[in-house]
Amino acid sequence: MSAKPEMTASEIASAVAGRKMSALAATEAALARIEQHDGILNSFTDVTAERARAKARAIDADIAAGKKVGPLAGVPFAVKNLFDVAGLPTRAGSKINRDLAPAKRDATLIERMEAAGAVLVGALNMGEYAYDFTGENIHDGPSRNPHDTTRMSGGSSGGSGSAVGGALVPIALGSDTNGSIRVPSSFCGIFGLKPTYGRLSRARSFPFVASLDHLGPFARSVADLALAYDAMQGPDADDGACTTRGLEPVTPRLDESISGLRVAIAGGHFQKNVFPEAVEAVSRVAQALGATQVVDVPEASRARAAAYVITTTEGASLHLDRLRKRPGDFDPAVRDRLIAGAMVPASLVDRAQKFRRWYRAQLAEIFRSVDVLLAPATPCTAPKLGQVNFNLDGVELPVRANIGIHTQPISFIGLPVVAVPVPLEPLPIGVQIICAPWREDIALRVAHALEKVGVVAAPAPRGF
Amino acid sequence: MAEPLDDYIDAVSKALALPIEEAWRPAVRANLEVSLRLGRLVDEFALPDETEPAPIFTA
Repeated sequence: MSAKPEMTASEIASAVAGRKMSALAATEAALARIEQHDGILNSFTDVTAERARAKARAIDADIAAGKKVGPLAGVPFAVKNLFDVAGLPTRAGSKINRDLAPAKRDATLIERMEAAGAVLVGALNMGEYAYDFTGENIHDGPSRNPHDTTRMSGGSSGGSGSAVGGALVPIALGSDTNGSIRVPSSFCGIFGLKPTYGRLSRARSFPFVASLDHLGPFARSVADLALAYDAMQGPDADDGACTTRGLEPVTPRLDESISGLRVAIAGGHFQKNVFPEAVEAVSRVAQALGATQVVDVPEASRARAAAYVITTTEGASLHLDRLRKRPGDFDPAVRDRLIAGAMVPASLVDRAQKFRRWYRAQLAEIFRSVDVLLAPATPCTAPKLGQVNFNLDGVELPVRANIGIHTQPISFIGLPVVAVPVPLEPLPIGVQIICAPWREDIALRVAHALEKVGVVAAPAPRGF
Repeated sequence: MAEPLDDYIDAVSKALALPIEEAWRPAVRANLEVSLRLGRLVDEFALPDETEPAPIFTA
């Protein structure tokens, strides 16, 4: 049996474990697709072909010896290039980090994916130092949208969105500080999970904003998203923010009924600055779930502002010495934002962190009477590469500053979100399924129910 | 003509030993204006004196 591009991770793992397909065949198929299409998509910055073949052969040997293999046996996956991959410098989308020594050990999440049988095939393009919503990169070129290669993949995990949306790999990992998993999921028409802050270990990944950084998976189906999420859960002393909660697997519960769940539409901030396609996408999802109640999320615009302040100042602090020593090697747009961030008074940062606690309490109150909130993942479908402004209701607005306006107030307080793709024409767009902290299970079950009735789906790539 | 934030930018640049070339100054200033505008939104929001910041240190 040969691996077809549309095979999900679950199907590949089942075929490999059932000896209908070898892990090596699945790996070679992914490597061939990368070779064939990535010249256009530009989603990969490193292809770890020899490592992948060695891992795949080891899985096939285990199967031949009658050993039990993991739930992701033979499933190819790739990671945003801010994850440490043993033997590669962790470039994090930058020029500067290419001078780092090669990583000695894989990131925790790679180790956990591989322990479950998955096969790492490479590292993925991203916006410089993750300070980006476009997927464009001045050093490596833009990762491209698989449905229209003249358009943005979304960022900063642009390569992750492009590679999964383009069906080069069934699963990718990325990071999300202000929306960098949910934005590429939306633009590329795939599923993305930004888990609760602290749920998945960030150990041995290059940071951006310690207060807000999350890691998570992308996939073309909810079952695949849950498989990857389950494989990566668990405490990790190497990440100080990682939870000590035990494993809470979702895969066995995906098909549980969602009737009785209280679903509401996020109002106020989340219904402003949106294009008709975002309104249509939220409406379709709400209708499928029978949701009519609109809940105002108080001070969401201010939450976005506070997230911006924390991001720019913590980011500046992280890069301060590089800004002094190698300012000419940054993307100028990133450098100038970070320098400005270094100049923001500390009192404003402290107030932003105090406001964060206040805002968290407001959302906790909402989640006493609601199980799920729906909101757009992006205000629009993928803009053109290089596009500077878009026109909304006759007002010219800057693209970069507005792509994340609906994601930032959510990651600000670490709520779990599944971004689900609504396959509109001509381009898909995502909706956020937002739940209370630690309730990824509800978000994934709702996403799965929507998938089963066909309201959400990852469209086949047609841009190349 | 000097912009209102230029003196501040010069002072912080010196205090942090963070060099800024003249060519970058307009973009740095524009970004700082955005950061301070959003910072003001946070500043304007009254919070009780007892409010803890979100991250809590555990000894």
